[in-house]
Amino acid sequence: MTTRKTLRSFPALALAMAVAAGGTAMAATTLVGTGASFPYPIYSKWFDEYQKVRPDVRINYQSIGSGGGIRQITARTVDFGASDGPMTSAQLFAVDGKILHLPTVLGAVVVVFNLPGVDTLNLDGPTLADIFLGKIRGWNDAAIAALNPGVALPANPITVVHRSDGSGTTFCLVDYLSKVSPAWLRTAGKGTAVNWPVGLGGKGNEGVAGLVKQTPYAIGYVELIYADQNHLSYAAIRNLAGKFVKANTAAVTAAAAGTASSMPGDFRVSITNAAGDDAYPISTYTWLLVYQANPGNKGEILKGFLRWMLKDGQGMAGGLGYAPLPDSVNGMVAKAVETIR
Amino acid sequence: MRMSPSVLALAGPRWGADDAFRRMTLAFGLVIVGLAVAMGGTMAVNSRLAWRAFGLPFIWTSTWDPVAEVFGAWPFIWGTLVSSALALSVAVPLGLGTAVFLAEVAPRRLSDAASFAIELLAAIPTVIMGLMGIFILVPLVRWAEPWLARTLGFLPFFRGAPYGVGMLTAGLLLAFIILPYIVSITREIMLTVPRSLREAALGLGATKWEVVRLVVFPYARSGVTGAVFLALGRALGETMAVTMVIGNTPKVSLSLLEPGYSMAAVLANEFAEASSDLYVHSLVAIGLVLFGITIVVNAIARLMIHRATVRAS
Amino acid sequence: MTPPDAGLARRRRTNAVMFGLAAVCTAVALSVLFVLLAYITWKGVSSLTWAFLSRLPRPVGEPGGGIAHAIVGTVKLVGLAAVLGVPVGVLGATYLSEYGSNRFGFAIRYCADVLNGIPSIVTGIFAFTVVVLPLKHFSALAGSVALAVIMIPLVLRSSEEFLRLVPVSVREAALALGVPRWKVIARVVLPTASRGIMTGSLLAVSRVAGETAPLVFTAFGARHWDQGWLQPIAALPLVIYSYAISPYEDWHRQAWAAAFLLLIVVLAGNLAARALMQPRQEGTGS
Repeated sequence: MTTRKTLRSFPALALAMAVAAGGTAMAATTLVGTGASFPYPIYSKWFDEYQKVRPDVRINYQSIGSGGGIRQITARTVDFGASDGPMTSAQLFAVDGKILHLPTVLGAVVVVFNLPGVDTLNLDGPTLADIFLGKIRGWNDAAIAALNPGVALPANPITVVHRSDGSGTTFCLVDYLSKVSPAWLRTAGKGTAVNWPVGLGGKGNEGVAGLVKQTPYAIGYVELIYADQNHLSYAAIRNLAGKFVKANTAAVTAAAAGTASSMPGDFRVSITNAAGDDAYPISTYTWLLVYQANPGNKGEILKGFLRWMLKDGQGMAGGLGYAPLPDSVNGMVAKAVETIR
Repeated sequence: MRMSPSVLALAGPRWGADDAFRRMTLAFGLVIVGLAVAMGGTMAVNSRLAWRAFGLPFIWTSTWDPVAEVFGAWPFIWGTLVSSALALSVAVPLGLGTAVFLAEVAPRRLSDAASFAIELLAAIPTVIMGLMGIFILVPLVRWAEPWLARTLGFLPFFRGAPYGVGMLTAGLLLAFIILPYIVSITREIMLTVPRSLREAALGLGATKWEVVRLVVFPYARSGVTGAVFLALGRALGETMAVTMVIGNTPKVSLSLLEPGYSMAAVLANEFAEASSDLYVHSLVAIGLVLFGITIVVNAIARLMIHRATVRAS
Repeated sequence: MTPPDAGLARRRRTNAVMFGLAAVCTAVALSVLFVLLAYITWKGVSSLTWAFLSRLPRPVGEPGGGIAHAIVGTVKLVGLAAVLGVPVGVLGATYLSEYGSNRFGFAIRYCADVLNGIPSIVTGIFAFTVVVLPLKHFSALAGSVALAVIMIPLVLRSSEEFLRLVPVSVREAALALGVPRWKVIARVVLPTASRGIMTGSLLAVSRVAGETAPLVFTAFGARHWDQGWLQPIAALPLVIYSYAISPYEDWHRQAWAAAFLLLIVVLAGNLAARALMQPRQEGTGS
């Protein structure tokens, strides 16, 4: 006997939801922020830890990409944004209000490779550009061999793997390639996504790492931490001083220190191909984007967090594979933080 | 169906209520039309800069250069069509065969358990499907590709380097993603074929297969078509799993072994990071083209069914 | 005309071959499906502890974090989406099956099929435009709207198929008793098809429960308990996604466990829905 309707189950469902909602918690001031995915782990760590210090403050950060962070902060759907690449002057001009770029940590993009039997490799900028341009097609190309005396390079063709999604990681790499290779600047150029002349696209750092790991004779680029966690070999890159440097957090902080003296007041700076013997050349800051003037007490809350981040938060960076700010830059950011209202 | 006594008790002519009921259900149906129009409208408004800049050639241009801001949709259209066609050509026979077996041969318990598992499968987040594609399917395809190229390489569809990722992998993964829709709906429909019809055919001396072919299939045809449409829609719009295995290379190639790209994948990959307005509008324009393709594909499918129905009767 | 014996033998052979093929299809399909389920179970089951289910996330690097907030979030998001979407789908389908052999019916069916092919990220962008931007806030409501939009065409098309299968004789019998048509539909046709409608709705619920893309720009995600329908809310697929693409082994482990959990949630929902249904009837195939 079926006279009961299907729809009868909906009140029950609504009830279940009401019960589920019962567990939601007391009021706390909540800040919402979004943007770059690269710093998501350290930001979520900071915001979780900060809640232990200030239980009345909750900061919710979700990563939807740097471009998304810029668009959301501009549309004021969030209280702060985050980006791996600085906003352009045109983007800043379009904003109603003043946005500050506050560097938080630094990251490095490493060139990972899968060469059976080879685990160290030296590369320089122009050679790297030619590989990603498809001009250098085989591993035993004279240009690569010249940088790697004594290494038995196979004759196999190179499989290039790049990011398929728009990404600050891509921006950092191509920003570097554009500085060291006129051919790259002319052919592909600079952006969060570019028209790759050759290769396969992998989604996200994990996607690229996975493809490189699985594909013999592949080359690609990922954030340093992904190379370490996936046990991928990565190349030493020749820096401006002519030294081959393998990325680590110290080499990244060195690159930042090398450019600290020329840091502009608004912190919008590229530190690829930085000067200094120890500087790793494919490094970048990542920024929080905050309005200088904020409604209600949100400015004070942001300020409180940022002070804590510069003092206590920096120490947590290294453990997660991020490079902390050099002391000189830290002081400059601290001053800028005090202008937030 | 036994009639409930309450139905008898409620008998009585209330034709005004009848009309109101019809209008009410129509209103709910029209919500869907409203949604489709609103979606199409939103996409048209948010892609206008792309159409202004590139015009209709946007559809058959093959360049996708975010730096120079030159955009064309063709490689993505191609990839979506090829991967979806491939997925359907694998999933439809496989799904129909499975549904026939589950509905006609398998013991009821096995059949129920199997369809239960299949429904669960529909809930796997596509990012997880993508991960499994990378860990299981890609190595398998990479292992099989040299063999395919050797034996079938005289066809243009099986040439190229064995990357493991590419159109073939994407099509296969898609096939498994849409399989649950085809199997579970088809099985459920086949189970509703009235027993009297089957028994009549069996009584006339038909074999079990002939019952399936002559009674069950015709009875279930419209429902099965509906299921295939649902599956096709899913294949056309699937994003995360496809992008993880298709290779994300905006090139047009006949070979299924080569990497490709799809419309949903490029939208998901680049939308969050797109910086300039023209870039964003070009991505939404791809969404609008996909919208248009869905309209056309549906029209073609309807025409084919119509013809088949006319011929059958 | 072939001699009856030879004909019968051929027909029997065809019978065996075709059902053999069907069995092979089933073996292939089910083995693939079970490999997938087994893989997730194997990867996820070991990390699925009570603490994982009942706690909030811990900072990266600290063991013992959980995903309780995301479980609640997914239940709420999907629940509201079902409340919004299933009635529209079922009642729209009622129109299609009972009155829909006209232009309206054609338009509704067509639009449903077109909507069904829209990538879920586009639906997310749509919900972002119509809910998030006007309210100036990411919210659970926006997430549910996006999920409901995905559910509606799925529920509509599958419900219609099952409503159409209700035999004409059933309707006629009731109508002959003088029952008004709407009551026949509400009291006889819909309940007769309810099993099929439930199957279709569950598939739709399962589908949206695992969706990530439409939630990124709407429900947004959180690492706390949610604070009402107009605030951001966590969801299992968002947790799975952000953990799966992270570099840390511990987060990967949690992503697999959350994926496995999502299966269990859907399983539980399935069982609960079936338990709510009345005992099945003769003639609807059970």
